[in-house]
Amino acid sequence: MADNLKDIEIKPGDFEPLDKTAGPDNERIAAPSLTFGQDVWRRLKSNKTAFTSFIVLVLMFLIAFGGQAVYHHDPNAQEPKYANLPPKIPGVGLHGLNGHLNQSGKDVDVYAAAGAGKDVHYILGTDYLGRDLLARIMYGTRISLEIALIATLIDLTIGVGFGILSGWKGGRVDLFMQRVIEILSSIPQLVVMVLMATAFTKTGMASIIAAIAITGWTTMARLTRAQTLQLKNQDFILAARTLGESAPKIAWKHLLPNLSSVIIIQTMFTIPSAIFFEAFLSYIGIGISSPQASLGTLISDGQKNFQFLPYQMWYPAIVLIILMLAFNLLGDGMRDAFDPKSKR
Amino acid sequence: MRKYLLKRIFYLFLTLFIVATVTFFLMKLMPGTPLQNEAKLTATEKAAILAQYGLDKPVWLQYFIYIGGIFKGSLGLSFQFSDQAVSYLIGSRMGPSMQLGGQALVVGIILGIILGAIGAIRKDTWADRLATILSILGIAVPSFVLAILLQYYLGLKTGWFPVAGWEGFAYTILPTLALAASPLAETARFIRTDMVDVLSSDYIELAKAKGLSKFGIVYHHALRNSLIPMVTLIGPLAAALMTGSMVVENIFSVPGIGEQFVKSILVNDYPTIMGVTIFYSALLCLLLLLTDIVYGIIDPRIRLSGNGD
Repeated sequence: MADNLKDIEIKPGDFEPLDKTAGPDNERIAAPSLTFGQDVWRRLKSNKTAFTSFIVLVLMFLIAFGGQAVYHHDPNAQEPKYANLPPKIPGVGLHGLNGHLNQSGKDVDVYAAAGAGKDVHYILGTDYLGRDLLARIMYGTRISLEIALIATLIDLTIGVGFGILSGWKGGRVDLFMQRVIEILSSIPQLVVMVLMATAFTKTGMASIIAAIAITGWTTMARLTRAQTLQLKNQDFILAARTLGESAPKIAWKHLLPNLSSVIIIQTMFTIPSAIFFEAFLSYIGIGISSPQASLGTLISDGQKNFQFLPYQMWYPAIVLIILMLAFNLLGDGMRDAFDPKSKR
Repeated sequence: MRKYLLKRIFYLFLTLFIVATVTFFLMKLMPGTPLQNEAKLTATEKAAILAQYGLDKPVWLQYFIYIGGIFKGSLGLSFQFSDQAVSYLIGSRMGPSMQLGGQALVVGIILGIILGAIGAIRKDTWADRLATILSILGIAVPSFVLAILLQYYLGLKTGWFPVAGWEGFAYTILPTLALAASPLAETARFIRTDMVDVLSSDYIELAKAKGLSKFGIVYHHALRNSLIPMVTLIGPLAAALMTGSMVVENIFSVPGIGEQFVKSILVNDYPTIMGVTIFYSALLCLLLLLTDIVYGIIDPRIRLSGNGD
């Protein structure tokens, strides 16, 4: 065999140079390079549930904050003679949306009975004071969302600030700050909120926002602290320190961007919990008070007539449930999208 | 272990002390006295009533009397029900609340484990999706909405269960269901996530290789290991139940602590608000402490040390 090999003669002419431009280019990157944000967005879009929730939330925000520009009805205008009218959409004959009610076995055209003209119609009916329910729900949703968002923002600021400081400083400061969190989180959240809401002027948004924000930040602080502890020993932080970067600047430029996924995910779960607690406080009567409305007060008002006019509670309740669902589902989706380990 | 326990108990008392102090001064900020018909009373009568509640003394003295009283098990007198001690009020209303809370916890956790396990075993099938929807609804539907719906549709309309009141086991069913939704959802989500991890671990592969039945694997190997970290859920679940009980007891007219709390808030019965606040905090602190101890016992990997983390 070996002898035979020697017999083979290889001449330079046997080889033919390949065209350099032809063939696969191993250096070329096929897909455009994505930033972290783009990657997250791409993964989020491929998660149907989360993406639907996102769209639903966008719509809800548009309706709550911009709806009154299109639907010109004062949420506080009372029309006592049109009190407790059921939903009526012109041209819809479906029972429950045609202004008819089942009263002691008979189908009654409530609008006619109230002496309302042909042009009077309330899409979602009216409440016990004759206020347009759709306008009130839009207004109530806006208040609920405003409270939840502001509370979450405060919550986030305190939590992230506290967490970064605690994790960065370490030592005694950290030990003390951790004890503070420990003590705070072994007090039932609800109790603090009730105390805050009763102590500071029974009404108004500010006290509810304060109540929700004060109690909610401990989880955020814990998460950011844990993450900061991990990050602060990494080389890029060491490099920044060696270059003489000041601590606040490191926190802002290097820590925060790396904490962003934890913060965003936690925020997505803080918002629905803030919405819930606002509704809860308003429901038991220490939250928003009339003429202001929130989803909680609307449900509480609607409950009084639930037996006869179920729509008065159903509609605000459905809005509340959809909001809670959408935020929770989007939060779940975000958690998956931000997790680079979940490859999909 | 001993050092750890002592430390934890110290923090428990510190926490309660802080709660009591903050509550006391917050309540002092608020307007209102136990004098309900102030205009009709003469000055001496007013003074007598204020003296009865100890409100004639300076605030700092009232504070020390109050804190001292807590150690003796006294939480002051209720404004709403004259002469009634707050501690007695809480004691007499503890039964229904505890029963409802306990039942809701049992129902919620058992159903939650089943739902969560189904979700994990049949991952990415319709059964999983159904379980997920149910558990996310349990989180999204607030307890007060659920309670009203249950009361109307299963109580009033069909007449299957009593609408409201507290006269026997049948009366506990609807409030228990309303309360159980949130622990059910939390448990199901927790168990599902945990079991998905456990089911892909090596010892499960080994059990499969040994030819164990599917039920045997799930019951003996997967579920048992998923149950251990569930102990940490007890604290948050208890807190959620306290929140829920306030509205659920109110809706179903259950004579429990939550119902009393809401009533007291609405009529500014400050001593009762303070008492219930301290009681709730004490209960949660104790539960959290128990949770940590139990966790240390059933999972030997966790060492309870005296130095914090």
